Amino acid sequence: MNLRRLPLTREISLAVLVYLYVPVVVLIVYSFNANRTATVWSETSLDWYRKILVNPSIRDATWNSLVLATAAGIGATLLALAAALGMKSGFRGKGAVEAVLNAPLILPEVVVAVATLMLFVAIGIDMGLAAMIPAHIAFCIPFAYLPIKARLQGMNPSLEEAAQDLYANRFVTFRRVTLPLLWPGIMAGFTLAFVTSLDDFLTSFFLSGPGSTTLPVYIFSAIRAGITPEINAISTIMLIVSVALVVTSFLLGKMRR
Amino acid sequence: MKWNGFLTASILAFTVAGAAMAEEEKVLYFYNWTDYYPPELLAKFEAETGIKVIQDGYDSNETLIAKLQAGGAAYDVIVPTDYVIAGMITDGLLQPINAAEMSNFQYVKDAFKDPEFDPGRIYTAPYTWGVTGIAYDSAQVPGGKLDDSWSVFFEPPPELEGKIAALDIGSELIQAAALYLGLPQCTESNDDAAKIYALLEAQKPKLKMYSADSTVDRMASGEVAMHHLWSGATARAHEIKDTVRFIYPSEGTPMFRDNFAMPVGAPHPENARIFINWMMAPENAAAVTNAIAYANSIESAEFLDDKWKDAESVNMPPEFADRLVPTEVCSPAAQELRDKIWTRLKG
Amino acid sequence: MSATSPFRRAGLVGPALLVVLVLIGVPLGIMAWVSLLGRGATIGVDWTSAPSFANYTKLVWEEDFDGTLLFNPTYLSILWRSVWQAAATTAICVGLGLPVALWMSSLSRGARDMAVLLITIPFWTNLLVRNYAWLIILREDGLVSQTANAIWPFGPVQLLYNDAAILIGLVYSFLPFMILPIYAGFEKFDWRLLEAAYDLGANRRRALTRVIVPLAMPGIIAGSMLVFIPSLGSFVTAAILGGGKSMMMGNLIQLQFGQSRNWPFGAAISVVLLALMMLVLMGIALWKTRQEAKR
Repeated sequence: MNLRRLPLTREISLAVLVYLYVPVVVLIVYSFNANRTATVWSETSLDWYRKILVNPSIRDATWNSLVLATAAGIGATLLALAAALGMKSGFRGKGAVEAVLNAPLILPEVVVAVATLMLFVAIGIDMGLAAMIPAHIAFCIPFAYLPIKARLQGMNPSLEEAAQDLYANRFVTFRRVTLPLLWPGIMAGFTLAFVTSLDDFLTSFFLSGPGSTTLPVYIFSAIRAGITPEINAISTIMLIVSVALVVTSFLLGKMRR
Repeated sequence: MKWNGFLTASILAFTVAGAAMAEEEKVLYFYNWTDYYPPELLAKFEAETGIKVIQDGYDSNETLIAKLQAGGAAYDVIVPTDYVIAGMITDGLLQPINAAEMSNFQYVKDAFKDPEFDPGRIYTAPYTWGVTGIAYDSAQVPGGKLDDSWSVFFEPPPELEGKIAALDIGSELIQAAALYLGLPQCTESNDDAAKIYALLEAQKPKLKMYSADSTVDRMASGEVAMHHLWSGATARAHEIKDTVRFIYPSEGTPMFRDNFAMPVGAPHPENARIFINWMMAPENAAAVTNAIAYANSIESAEFLDDKWKDAESVNMPPEFADRLVPTEVCSPAAQELRDKIWTRLKG
Repeated sequence: MSATSPFRRAGLVGPALLVVLVLIGVPLGIMAWVSLLGRGATIGVDWTSAPSFANYTKLVWEEDFDGTLLFNPTYLSILWRSVWQAAATTAICVGLGLPVALWMSSLSRGARDMAVLLITIPFWTNLLVRNYAWLIILREDGLVSQTANAIWPFGPVQLLYNDAAILIGLVYSFLPFMILPIYAGFEKFDWRLLEAAYDLGANRRRALTRVIVPLAMPGIIAGSMLVFIPSLGSFVTAAILGGGKSMMMGNLIQLQFGQSRNWPFGAAISVVLLALMMLVLMGIALWKTRQEAKR
């Protein structure tokens, strides 16, 4: 029965999980460090969490990041969902269309970011969240598209056909049959797109305007002074928020299923 | 609040486009180096003037100019360093603020009143200044003291090998090497470039790393014994670890002067002028130094914290003044040579 | 429903296609043009300069300090180092990702979902923050370093500021992009096939090479693309964990758009890198069709 349990897979997996979590634990622990020097431990303190509450730059940056990532995640997922549905059956040039949709994965980001800035300036778009959202949607599309496509491939088309035989119209079929079946893929795609946008520095940096600094932009430009416990503290808060979000979305996904 | 009206009136006097001013929104878009301005001081400015400041951060002059050049930045006040200002003026990125006519300009130290990069202070007003020198931990150094020379950094004593960090910024490192070798900092000569390259290549194995990030941590935690470093960062490290010392190298100590300026297209030019004038008031200028440990360009000694008055890295002893060397703007040919040195060093 | 009409398909695929073409394709076109121009006097691009391939030839031939034009191995060595690092990262990710994916697929349904979560959660923190956490873990007076020195008998171990540190950081950054695609392949697999193989007398090694590896192959290929390509362009890890001593392609491109202020040259390097990636992708596609033809 246990053929999947080849020797050592369990041990290696546990080691990998430790490897993945050690840095997370370190950053959480150091967010409670009283010493401003991130690498020197002195004593436990909640000061940095208090400092975040009164530091408008960090607060605004975090808020901007969450707004941007949510908008980019939803936008990219909707576009990717439509595209994946449209790509279900084979047609001439499908490979080329697929390659274009996945192109953002393979381009050096700084080049696209600087060129997008030039493009937006040329057509008169003001820098700020309104410029960052479409740019983020563009490079998040493949991250949302790939999981949805994978889910669609594993789906049984006879269910949709059965629904139509029962005189359900297209919309009802989509809402009652296709969407629930696709839901895990949609959630996975949204999650990947959201995380990708949340961690983006280059595009955000070049396209940001007054007041639209995101958390990665804040952290990257603050790094001259060093990673402060303040940054560790905000990372810890983000981690907690993300765990809460992921767990909720997973539970929701389960319920839909 | 009371001098605000007077100030606004005096600004009106030399503003060409005064008409739109009355309706200007009480907002200021401030684009500054991150962690280079105390948040409490912004709160004070907001309370005194009623102007809300929205601050965003960048990490180098190059990235600031990249955004301005592409036309992608609608900020009111920016903080460029001396050596990029002449180019920015030529490229038409800045608009005049006539700082010399502002009411608080009287407090500016003489040395900063008429700088070579902006004669007559038409486009810029002084903010902070500092130098790039050498920080060392006297507890880790044989004899506890090092010479005032770049030689300790480029040709270190054997005990310090592997315990030294250099700034990961090509222009800074190449400039320091040129000063040590007595060569022009923006040399266009292949021979000079070859000499600089040879010096840096020989130094590389003795370095622990090249890095311009988290420098304060690195010195304060004792991870390195010597660091090619800015004066203010050294002062902050000294605050945590009191054996940290600073060297103003005698062959020439590169100096940088940061300034306030207003980019073309600033949406709130009047608020920018109010802010820039407000920042030249001694009390406010001193608050910056007290918080970020870089000297300011205003006669403000009476407001300085005692801990900085004694720190050589913040309060430069006057006898070092003739060691200061301003950073020059390199021609494209000199820049190509610098790129070549830097890429080969790390290639 | 089964056959989508071309009109409907265009309506569905069109928006995404348009967004990518306008916001990725047009900028790419701008950059390809920029790569043919000269650098601006202060920064950016000299739009009036005559287009030429100078930025491309510079990658291979360069004027030496003594004025002679010579073959310049600098950029090639940076490229070679990046490719080598990216390949090593990919190989290690396969080595770790395959057992983890196998283990995940052996769990119960609920535990599997939890495992997917566990693997993605660390990546909700910022890239820089993660790299700095590694700096704290690997530093000289840290626990890991001291343990390593106690165990390793041949002199002091330096864990930071070398290629090994860069590898640790790169593998950390990209491991989930390998684990998840391989796992996705296993999830659909009917494990009774493997049991049948056992019943027919196959030993563990044969089961591994004949069943599991071919089964994992599509996931490994997808994962390798998601790991290899981004590591080739990464710039943060080499600067932080590598101590900035040697450049990767990502750092070189970054440098041109930053300190060196040479956008056209940066654009040229990017175009070359893009072409190389296309070659790799085409190679993979070719290999795939050959494999399928064999079957």
